Amino acid sequence: MVKDLSVALCGFKLKNPVIPASGTFGFGLELADDMDLGVLGGISLKGTTREARYGNPTPRIAECPGGMINSVGLQNPGIDVLVNEKVPSLRKVYDGCVIANISGFSLDEYRECCAKADACEGIDLIEVNISCPNVHNGGMAFGTSAASAAEVTAAVKAVCRKPVFIKLSPNVTDIVSIARACEDAGADGLTLVNTFLGMRIDIHRRKPVIANKMGGFSGRAIFPVALRMVYQVAHACKIPVMGCGGVASAADVIEMMMAGATAVQVGAENLRNPFACPEIIAELPAVMDELNINTLQEIIGTV
Amino acid sequence: MIKSRYHITENVLIASKTYRLVLVPLSFRAEPEGSSLSFRAEPGGWSREICHGEFVDIALPGFYLRRPLSICDREDGKLTVVYKVVGEGTKALAGMLPGTELEVLTGLGNVFDPEACREEALLIGGGLGVPPLYLLAKELKARGKKVTAVLGFNKAEEIILADEFRAVCDEVLVSTVDGSVGVKGFVTDAIAAASPSYDFFYTCGPMVMMKVVCNTLEGPGEASLEERMGCGAGFCYGCSIQTKNGPRRVCKDGPVFKKEELLW
Repeated sequence: MVKDLSVALCGFKLKNPVIPASGTFGFGLELADDMDLGVLGGISLKGTTREARYGNPTPRIAECPGGMINSVGLQNPGIDVLVNEKVPSLRKVYDGCVIANISGFSLDEYRECCAKADACEGIDLIEVNISCPNVHNGGMAFGTSAASAAEVTAAVKAVCRKPVFIKLSPNVTDIVSIARACEDAGADGLTLVNTFLGMRIDIHRRKPVIANKMGGFSGRAIFPVALRMVYQVAHACKIPVMGCGGVASAADVIEMMMAGATAVQVGAENLRNPFACPEIIAELPAVMDELNINTLQEIIGTV
Repeated sequence: MIKSRYHITENVLIASKTYRLVLVPLSFRAEPEGSSLSFRAEPGGWSREICHGEFVDIALPGFYLRRPLSICDREDGKLTVVYKVVGEGTKALAGMLPGTELEVLTGLGNVFDPEACREEALLIGGGLGVPPLYLLAKELKARGKKVTAVLGFNKAEEIILADEFRAVCDEVLVSTVDGSVGVKGFVTDAIAAASPSYDFFYTCGPMVMMKVVCNTLEGPGEASLEERMGCGAGFCYGCSIQTKNGPRRVCKDGPVFKKEELLW
């Protein structure tokens, strides 16, 4: 039997639920020569700010058992280059769901960037990063309290016609209360989770491995924690959830969906294996068959 | 970029903590009549040439990220990589026996430009920066250029590939910091002593060495950089550096950069 991998997300029909997570797939174009981007359910583009940013000094990467820490620091060419150059170029080779990921250091910056992304024809969804732990005085503050998360959500929703997903930080005491606050403030969906704040020390040099000392931990090791948070939030909120965190296989995708995710983002695994997303998508029908699943949409939140 | 499986045919200690690793694609089949470790190409098994200056990104079982290692030589599909044990990953690699399978990304990064040299090339390598210059030396000689190589090491036990360079280059100068072999001091001391003629230089080695080389040597040149990498293929922006032309990714826009582009 032919397997139906498609899922409905805020009025969009994705050909499958697999989406490379923001920051782990560039602007899509970087991989256009190496794979058929067309197989991807969606692409979440690299986090973008109002002005161009170089980001943090190197080393920006530290390996860990079961994962890695990154502290890229939102290197990006700025919102104008995103909407005028990156997205139009990507649209020439990709017709799936394009998700702009927006970061900001003030409500004004969030508003301005989201309004520009909203006006950009090639962008389908807007994902608002309120949780990037990498940048001094950065998004962390917005994502760590229900009140400020709601404030960003309301500010962004006021300037957007397109669906807005709020990407939540896991570095909080009660992610459900923050998720509910975003939903109440008008969010159309939630992406969770972003990276966990982590650190490594080079014991020979007696210094942090990462130049910026700390960074975001992601990779297979965070999967059970991310899954738990997706489960809690998806059962507490009515809006759709994109599950993210440690996903590395078709079985992980199905597990995230059973926990309540409508779509599933693959992050750090892309850095170990640039072909992770197309491989997971190719693997899905066989795993569905093994589990007697014919339609992926039907398994969302069944646990 | 290509992801494929290779197996190890050789993994031997050639200097202090330094190993030569020879990899053969699995699509290359063992010759039944030959020695146990000789291989021949299957048709279509070698779809893209691996060039000088490029690197491979090797997945090591039990380690999350790949290990980017520069290519020292290629011949009939065989890839030679010279690496030093500097951490747990390379330590595990050093323990792998011939026959072990590894998943490798190839076709990464840019390359030295052998055409940038008109007639006389100066190659300056320091330590583990020496290996990627070997393939370049062969390429330059194949194009009829005169090649002088200056190879710098800390001490005699760390010298690698000097005989291989002598077999290829017109002249090879060796320097050691402790003076145990060749000129005592740094590569720049060996260059100052011999004053080799060149119209273009190529360098790879510790950043501090390349900085001095680029700041003191006359004329144009290229430097191959090293940085801690994430994806190795240009989409995670983990290895970005600032240059005179804005941010550049060492893994994709490099590892080779023009001297004039670099900020030291």
